[in-house]
Amino acid sequence: MTTDTVANGAKGVSVGLPGAPQAPQKQTSDFRLTLIRLKFWLKSPSPYLNILGLAGFLLFWYLTTEVLKLPLFEKLPGPTATLDEWLSHDPMFGISFFTLEYYQHIGISIWRVFQAFALATMLGVPIGLFMGWKKTFKDYTFPLLEVLRPIPMLAWVPLSILMWPGREASIVFLTFLGSFFATVLNTLLGVESIDECYFRAAASLGASEKQIFSKVIVPGALPFIFTGLQISMGYAWFSLVAGEMLAGEFGLGYLIWNSYTLVQYPVIIIAMITLGVIGSLSSLIIRLVGDKLMQWKVREAAQ
Amino acid sequence: MINNMSNTGMQAGEMVVDNLVKTYGTDILTKVVLDDCSFVLERSKLTVLVGPSGCGKSTIINVLAGYEKPTSGRVLLDGEQISGPGPDRLVVFQETALFPWMTTFENVAYGPEVRKEMKGKELRDAVMHLLELVGLEDFRDKYPTQLSGGMQRRTELVRAMINHPKVMFMDEPFRGLDAMTRSLMQEYYVRLFEEHRGTNLFITSELEEGIFLADRLVILTNQPCRVKKIMNVDLPRPRDFSVMGSSEYLNIKREALELLHEEAMKSFASGAVNAADFLEAYSHMGEDQAKPRSHV
Repeated sequence: MTTDTVANGAKGVSVGLPGAPQAPQKQTSDFRLTLIRLKFWLKSPSPYLNILGLAGFLLFWYLTTEVLKLPLFEKLPGPTATLDEWLSHDPMFGISFFTLEYYQHIGISIWRVFQAFALATMLGVPIGLFMGWKKTFKDYTFPLLEVLRPIPMLAWVPLSILMWPGREASIVFLTFLGSFFATVLNTLLGVESIDECYFRAAASLGASEKQIFSKVIVPGALPFIFTGLQISMGYAWFSLVAGEMLAGEFGLGYLIWNSYTLVQYPVIIIAMITLGVIGSLSSLIIRLVGDKLMQWKVREAAQ
Repeated sequence: MINNMSNTGMQAGEMVVDNLVKTYGTDILTKVVLDDCSFVLERSKLTVLVGPSGCGKSTIINVLAGYEKPTSGRVLLDGEQISGPGPDRLVVFQETALFPWMTTFENVAYGPEVRKEMKGKELRDAVMHLLELVGLEDFRDKYPTQLSGGMQRRTELVRAMINHPKVMFMDEPFRGLDAMTRSLMQEYYVRLFEEHRGTNLFITSELEEGIFLADRLVILTNQPCRVKKIMNVDLPRPRDFSVMGSSEYLNIKREALELLHEEAMKSFASGAVNAADFLEAYSHMGEDQAKPRSHV
């Protein structure tokens, strides 16, 4: 093949080539991409509507609890009472931004979720991938998964207390279970969502089974896996709080329940908001890691 | 066959399709899709299969590529019976099958890379050379979703070509492209073919596209799919669209249309479901056959 002839040949068709008139394009750097997106976001009405929505909720909370004192809400602490406690150097109930105990509760909860989520991901993703890859393995395991998966986490509490020696292990185990099934199922769905044509293309091009696994199954399932990880992170926090309420001595779930029994209501709100913020942040981290690994998805959305 | 492939590329192969039958289902639910199809893909020739949509053309490619086993009959590549898919027979699909998670460059490099035939600079040069041929060198780092439909098909073309397959199958590869892009792709493809002279099988439901590209034109019947007639297209190469005004082209087209029309009438009479569309399509094509095409 000589370039010459083809260049001549191509001349005849070069006039309206799709893409030819466009300037050579460079991949935009990650940082610039983020800046550009941030700029567009700030120009759109979204951020201001976001703030308005949050402010509306705070106003509703304030009015119902502290100004109007409506029947359903009169026992709840209002935003100012909560904030006073939260920002106090000498909090009435011992929990605020300036107490070590607050961070101990947060720290232990994050550590438990981290252990459980890491374990669930390290086991769940390979099992899900393998189920999708090998039909026989799926035939063995899928019915079991489908029966175990719908069992609510709370139903596992007695068994996990019986099984594990300490409270710590049983709480982590409960958290792990909550997150594990979602991860396996979404990974499996991810593999099954990969279009047959990619397997055919890879097989045609001479890829071995292992190469198909690493170059088709894993990247093809990644979008589903990361959606699954976000869901499973949610389940992990859910199960954690349930576990801590029942068996904990520390942690945000324990703090909520303990504050209820001790009639320290503002602390309940503090712990709840803390859970909400940490939960969102953990989801965000997963999404960022996913974006990093799936540039092809990010670029698609950027253009 | 995969093992004794040389690094320098494969020779164009010859493929013999012998009494091919393919049925789906069993017993009373049996549906005959391919009924006793025989033809030869001659070495270094571009063979075009023309037939109405849904007549079983894609099934032929699936069997020839090794994705499906024939019910009976033989498929020989250079005298050897084929078994399963392999890089000696590559398919360019109707829908794009580029890996969305790989860049243009990575997609094209995939074949030689997984077979460990080339690496480093050699691989890079081979990929870039082909990308330049189809005008995509500036798009090497783009992902498929960032490319236009025409660019995706071109990428897919060179992703197959880099493996120097003995036979290349094109399963209505330009379907779904707009008319402009489509005729550009036809020109690109005809150039690449004339340059490389591999054995090619091209499937289409568009007669005009078929004649423009073909060395040999295989006209298929509808439900079940049989070979109606094989015609030689001896139009001069290199070809461009001006060939479509020549009397030779029009003669071939007239003859092919008559055959297709006859086929349409037959299946219409036998009450085939898609016969009405078929009849309409090919009757309509007959009317404007004397008119020049707008882009010529």
